[in-house]
Amino acid sequence: MTMKSFPKPSDLAVPAGAEGWEEIYPYYLVFQEELKAEEDAKFWFCDSQHWPTVFKPFETIGGEFAVKCLGQYNARHLMIPNANGIDFRIHLGYLYMSPIPVPEEQIAARVPEFEARIGHYFGDWENKLAAWHEKVKGTISEMEQLRFDPLPEIVPFEDITNGVGKDGSEILLENYDRLISLTYQNWQYHFEFLNLGYIAYLDFFNFCKEVFPNIPDLSIATMVQGVDMELFRPDDELKSLALLAVELDLVSHFSNTDDPAATLASIAGAPGGDRWIKQWEEAHEPWFNFTIGNGFYAHDKYWNEHPEIPLDFIADYIRRVQDGSQILRPTEKLIAEKERIVQEYTELLDEETAAIFEAKRSLAATAYPYVENHNFYIEHWTMGVFWRKVRELSKMLTDAGVFQDPEDLLYLGRNEVRDVLFDLVTSFGVGSGTPIAAAALPKKIAKRRGIVDALKTARPAPALNTPPEVITEPFTRMLWGITTEQVQSWLGNDEETEPNTLKGMAASPGLVEGPARVVMHADDLSSVQAGEILVAPITAPSWGPIFGKIKATVTDIGGMMSHAAIVCREYDLPAVTGTGSASTTIKTGDLLRVDGTKGTVKILSNIEVVSGPGAHSHAHQH
Amino acid sequence: MSNNDFIEFFDGGLAPTLDSLGGKGASLVTMTAAGMPVPPGFVVNTAAFRAFMGAGLDEIIAGHLAGLDPEDIAAVDKASAAIRELIISRPVPDSLREVTRAAYADLQSRFESEVPLAVRSSATAEDLPDASFAGQQDTYLWLNGYASVAEHIRACWASLYTSRAIIYRVKNNIPDEGLCMAVVVQKMVNARIAGVAMTLDPTNGDRSKITVDASWGVGEMVVSGTVTPDNIQLDKVTLAVITEHIGDKHAELIPDPATNSLVEREVEAERRNVLCLTTAELEAVALLAKRAEKHYKSPQDVEWALDADLPDGENLLLLQARPETVHSSKAPAPKPSTGGYASSMGFGSITSSLMKIAN
Repeated sequence: MTMKSFPKPSDLAVPAGAEGWEEIYPYYLVFQEELKAEEDAKFWFCDSQHWPTVFKPFETIGGEFAVKCLGQYNARHLMIPNANGIDFRIHLGYLYMSPIPVPEEQIAARVPEFEARIGHYFGDWENKLAAWHEKVKGTISEMEQLRFDPLPEIVPFEDITNGVGKDGSEILLENYDRLISLTYQNWQYHFEFLNLGYIAYLDFFNFCKEVFPNIPDLSIATMVQGVDMELFRPDDELKSLALLAVELDLVSHFSNTDDPAATLASIAGAPGGDRWIKQWEEAHEPWFNFTIGNGFYAHDKYWNEHPEIPLDFIADYIRRVQDGSQILRPTEKLIAEKERIVQEYTELLDEETAAIFEAKRSLAATAYPYVENHNFYIEHWTMGVFWRKVRELSKMLTDAGVFQDPEDLLYLGRNEVRDVLFDLVTSFGVGSGTPIAAAALPKKIAKRRGIVDALKTARPAPALNTPPEVITEPFTRMLWGITTEQVQSWLGNDEETEPNTLKGMAASPGLVEGPARVVMHADDLSSVQAGEILVAPITAPSWGPIFGKIKATVTDIGGMMSHAAIVCREYDLPAVTGTGSASTTIKTGDLLRVDGTKGTVKILSNIEVVSGPGAHSHAHQH
Repeated sequence: MSNNDFIEFFDGGLAPTLDSLGGKGASLVTMTAAGMPVPPGFVVNTAAFRAFMGAGLDEIIAGHLAGLDPEDIAAVDKASAAIRELIISRPVPDSLREVTRAAYADLQSRFESEVPLAVRSSATAEDLPDASFAGQQDTYLWLNGYASVAEHIRACWASLYTSRAIIYRVKNNIPDEGLCMAVVVQKMVNARIAGVAMTLDPTNGDRSKITVDASWGVGEMVVSGTVTPDNIQLDKVTLAVITEHIGDKHAELIPDPATNSLVEREVEAERRNVLCLTTAELEAVALLAKRAEKHYKSPQDVEWALDADLPDGENLLLLQARPETVHSSKAPAPKPSTGGYASSMGFGSITSSLMKIAN
C-alpha cells in the first residue's frame, strides 16, 4: 500500500519576514539539523486544538509544562504499559507532537507497577481527588501572594538595624522563580488525575466496543459524562445573574455593558441593585477566574479583569429571557436521557456481563468528570493568576525602564526574562540606574515581533512526515482525535467524499441547517448572531454563553472528548469536530447542513458576503 | 373510530378478546395498541356472526349435519356446499348491514379516495384444525367497493363449513353450538417503500443494533433478494446511524389499480443512487422494530411498508413481525474475550483493555 505523506519540517516554506524564527525559541523546542534523520522518521501531528496560534517566546511555557507533565504521568508515575509520553517541538510557531511508544520487550515489566499505581487512585478516588483540590488551591493561593514591587531607592533603615543584610532584589528574583515553579507545580498536579480519567474512560470504551461492536463513541461518552459540572459553573453564575436582573427589574441598566464601571454603578444605585451586586461579587471567587481563551496565551482575557465580558454575556442572556427563551441548560432532560441510554444498553446484556459493564461504567463515570472539571482549576484559575502576575511584573519592568511596552516581555523566553531581572538588579545594585536591557533589547524585541507576525500569516500543516499505517496510541486517538481515518482524510485518501461535504467526528447528535459564522479568535465571538452555526478552528468551554444562541458547532480539530464536543452535548446542539479544514473552507454566511449524528457538514450554498467585524465586534489584533 | 356491538376498529381502544375477535383480529388490535401500526381496518366480530346465524340458520345447518358420516366424503361435500350456499345467499339482518356499511365508510374516509381492501377470516382457534387453521387462511385481496367487501365477509363465515372443517369437528367431537368466526377488513398496503428490519446485527447477533433493508415499492423483492436494497445499521439505543450502504434498487413492485395486482417496473436512475428512506422515516422504522421487540420480548424480524395512501407520520405500517431465530437462542451479546470474568472486575482488565487498539 502506498501511503501519501505529510511534508517534512524542512519542506515547509518559511513565511516572508520570519527568517531566523528558530532563534526566538529555546534550542530544545525546535527541530535540529543534527537530529534530522531521527526526527524526520517520526510522525508529528499539530496540536492546534490547544495552540491554535503562534507562540510568542514567553508563551511556550504553557505548551512545555503541559506536554512535559502529561508525558511524565504516562512514563514515570503510572507506568502505562504501552504508552510513554508525547515528544514535542515548535515548528514555524506551532506545536507538533509525536507519541513515544514503549518498546515491546518492556511492556510486561510495567504491568504490575501500572496496576499497583492505578489501584492506589481508583480504590479511593473521592478522597484522593479532595486532596488534589487542596494542593491545587494551595498553589494558587501562594501564587496570589507573589508581588513584583519596584526596587527601593535605598535600603530601608530598619533593614539596616535589623541586620537583614540584603537589598530586596532577592525577593524579586525569588518571586519570579516562585511564580514559574508554582505554575509548574500545578501543571504537574494537572496530570495526576487526568491520565487516570482517560484510562477509566478508555477501559469502559473498549469494553463497550467489545460487547456492542461499532457502538457509537457518542453513546459511550454520554454514559460517563457528568451533567452538572464545575466547568459550567461560571456560565451558570451568569445565567443566574441574568435571571436575577429580570426578577429585580434591573434590565434597563444593561444597555451599555462596554462601560462596566458605569453599568455597575447604575445597578448599585437602583432599588434591589445591592442584592444583585452582592451576588455578582460573590460569583467572582473563584468562578470569574475564567477566560474566553484557553489559558495558554498572554492575550487571553479573564472575566475578573474584564468585567465587560461577563456583563455583555449577562445582557445577552437577559435579552433571551425576555424573548421567552429557556436559558438554563436542560439538565433534567440530559440526566433522564443519560439514564435511559445506560439502562437500555444494560438490558441488552446478560446478568454477569451487565455487572461488569456497570462496574466499568461507574469507575469511568467517577473518574471521567475530572477530565472536564480540572480545566477550571488549571487552565482558567491557575493560568489566570499566572498571566495576571506576569502582567504585574512586566508593568514593573516597563516602569523601571527595562521595556518600552509591557508586551515586550512576551518576546523573551522565561529564562531570558530571568537574565533581564538580574540585569535590573545589577543596575540597581551598582547604582548605574540603567539596565543594559534598555539599550540591548529594543532591536531584538522588534525583530522577534516581526517574526511572530510573519509566522501568523501561515496556518500550520496538520501533520509532518509519514504517518504510521495505523494510529494505536490510545491518548492520541482520544484527546486529539488523531485516528487512522482522520489522518487518511487529511491526506485526501477518503474513499468517498461527496462534493461540498466535510467529514469529521459525529461528536454531538442532531441535524440542522443554518448560516455559518466563522470565528478564528475568541475576541470575535461577539459577532455571532442567534441561529448561526459556529465554525472555528477550535472552541473553548469558556465560550459557554454563545452556545445558547447558536444552532450547531463545527471545528477543525478535536475528538469525541474535545471541549466543543463536550459543551455541545451539554447544550443539546449538533457538533462535528475534527473536520481538518472547516474554518478555512467555509465562509461566514454559507448555508450549512450539519449532521452531528453522521459527522458531516454540507455546504449548501456559498454566500459571498463582505466579511468584517460586526457592529458589536471587539475584534482587535494581538 | 367508532366501535359498536358488531364492529371493532383496530385503533378503537377496546381490550382485544380472542372470543370476540378471533386470533388474527385480536392480534391486529393488540399490535395497534402497542404502537405497531398494522394496515388500518376493523373486525366484524363473532357477535355479528351470531346475529347472522341466530336468525334461524343454526337449525337449518344442524339439519344438514345431523347423522353425517365423516368417512362419507361425498355426503360431507354435499352438506358443505349446501350450507355455504345458504350462508352466502341469506339476507343479512338490517342492523348488522348498517353498521358494517358505516364501518366501511368510516375506514374509507381516512383516505383521499376509495382504496382497495382485504378481507380475512379470523377464527377462534379451537373450532378449526390446528395444523392449518383452515378458516384463517381465507384471504380475499384487492376488493373494491362495499358490495364486494360484504360478499367476502360472508365467504369467510361460510369457510367454517368447508368439508375439511366439518370432518375435523365431527372427528374431534367439537359441537357446532357456539361455533363462531370473526372477519378482518383491512386496507390493502400500497407500499411506496418497503423492507425488513431486524432488531440485531445478523452478522454477529449483536443486539445493540437495528438493521434495516429498504427499497422502493412492495417489500417482496427485498425479502426474495431480487433487488439490492439500501442497508442501514443503527444503534438500537440512540438510533444513531452506524453504517449506511446505498443499494442499487433497480426495480420495484407496485400495485396496478387496473388489474388489482402487482406489476414490476424499472426504477429510474435518480431514485437508485439515493437512500429511499428519509432520516425521519428511517427513525420511525427503527422505533417500530424496537417496539415489536419489546412487545414480543425477543429479537424480531419485521416486515414494514410506507403506505402511499396515508399521510406522513401515519404511513409506516407493520406487515409482519416474527421472532429472529438464528441468534436469539444464543447469549444476548458476545462475551468479552479479555481475561476471565473474575479478572474483568479487577485492574488486570483495565491493562488488557488499554493494550488493545480501540476501534
